[in-house]
Amino acid sequence: MTTGLWELVLKGVWTTVQLLIFSALLATAVSFVVGVARTHRLWIVRFLAGFYTEVFRGTSALVMIFWVFFVLPPAFGWQLVPMWAGTLALGLTYGAYGSEIVRGALNSVDPAQREGGVALSFTPWQRLRLILLPQAVPEMIPSFCNLLVELLKGTSLVSIMGMGDLAFSGNLVRLALQQSAEIYTYVLLIYFVIAFVLTRLMRGLEKRLKRGVGKDPGTESAARELKRAETTGVGTAGGGAA
Amino acid sequence: MKWDWGAVSDFMPHFWDGLLVTLQALALGSVISFALGLVWALLMRLPTRWVRWPVGVVTEFVRNTPLLVQLFFLFYVLPEWGLTFSALTTGVVAIGLHYSTYTMQVYRAGIEAVPAGQWEAATALNLPRRRTWTAVILPQAIRRVIPALGNYVISMLKDTPMLMAITVLEMLGQARLYSQQHFQFTEPLTVIGVAFILVSYLASLLLRALERRLVR
Repeated sequence: MTTGLWELVLKGVWTTVQLLIFSALLATAVSFVVGVARTHRLWIVRFLAGFYTEVFRGTSALVMIFWVFFVLPPAFGWQLVPMWAGTLALGLTYGAYGSEIVRGALNSVDPAQREGGVALSFTPWQRLRLILLPQAVPEMIPSFCNLLVELLKGTSLVSIMGMGDLAFSGNLVRLALQQSAEIYTYVLLIYFVIAFVLTRLMRGLEKRLKRGVGKDPGTESAARELKRAETTGVGTAGGGAA
Repeated sequence: MKWDWGAVSDFMPHFWDGLLVTLQALALGSVISFALGLVWALLMRLPTRWVRWPVGVVTEFVRNTPLLVQLFFLFYVLPEWGLTFSALTTGVVAIGLHYSTYTMQVYRAGIEAVPAGQWEAATALNLPRRRTWTAVILPQAIRRVIPALGNYVISMLKDTPMLMAITVLEMLGQARLYSQQHFQFTEPLTVIGVAFILVSYLASLLLRALERRLVR
């Protein structure tokens, strides 16, 4: 492989990382808003948030991307830059998955904590901000870590729409070199390295947050056990259907 | 925004073809992932690290890299090595392999959730190793993991559109073909979007019913 081709691959990595960061930010915002809305007092808010989750989780991320690229422009007269179209589609889809994580973590906080907030006459917003979220967020991190890796894998879908991400530059190099084993091995390895770095970062974040609420950050193996239970949904109460 | 019901009814025959291919890919992919995942899970329990270590590394690698790139890899590299399969076969194998690395964790959790007393009872009854697995451990473990496996079938359904990238004409492939021929994107894409929501919603209802029956 020549330097020129490597430059192409690096450009692809940069696009993938940008798209990952933007859509992760959007997905986090969506998952907190929708997840909190699903624990709201009013049934109509709960219903709308639940409807959003069912719709966006029910459809495929790739179909969503096609929809944003091809149906939004003629239907509403918006022509989004590919980067924003990709961010929108991925952020909304993965945000719907994230909202389930947020809801689950909020529900798993000891009810006595909420009642304590009521007894101290906190407003609902104060209860959420000062009592529920600080305890719930560290519990969300292992699941969000898995979701982030899924999102990284999902960013490769935009290459089908011709956006120059890592998978797309892999295809270009294949066409240039007329052989595929080498370049696809490199592309897979680069994705794996990014995923590995993300996992490490999230684990560090989890430790910091847990220390912040006075919980034992736990040993490495204990964390992995926990993560496994949450990934597989076996042995946890109310795994539910995804 | 204009909506053309004529385009919908023109697209429907293609839609049914696509749905059939999607469901085929889903069924075969599930079978492969269930079988292969069990193999990985059992290999990971062998006492020798010379098996566990490579299996662990490979499955971790497959799990953390995009299915799309794996599809490209199998679709373009295998012919270079002299193995030629149809696009659908390649896609089914890729999906099955990718999801086997998830189902493997499910099986592992299920096997670990079998109470230690069951192992001890099997030892006390002097059951051979093979029979311990087939008659005592696996029946209990698999019963426990069926809901979790079902969730992965639903995820798999939502990943089948990727097969379009390797020229398989499943639902999304049919929709794209139709849109490019008739320059109508809105109707076919919306139809398949709604179809995905409906199918996965029905599947999750089915799964919940199954879960209620199994978990008692």
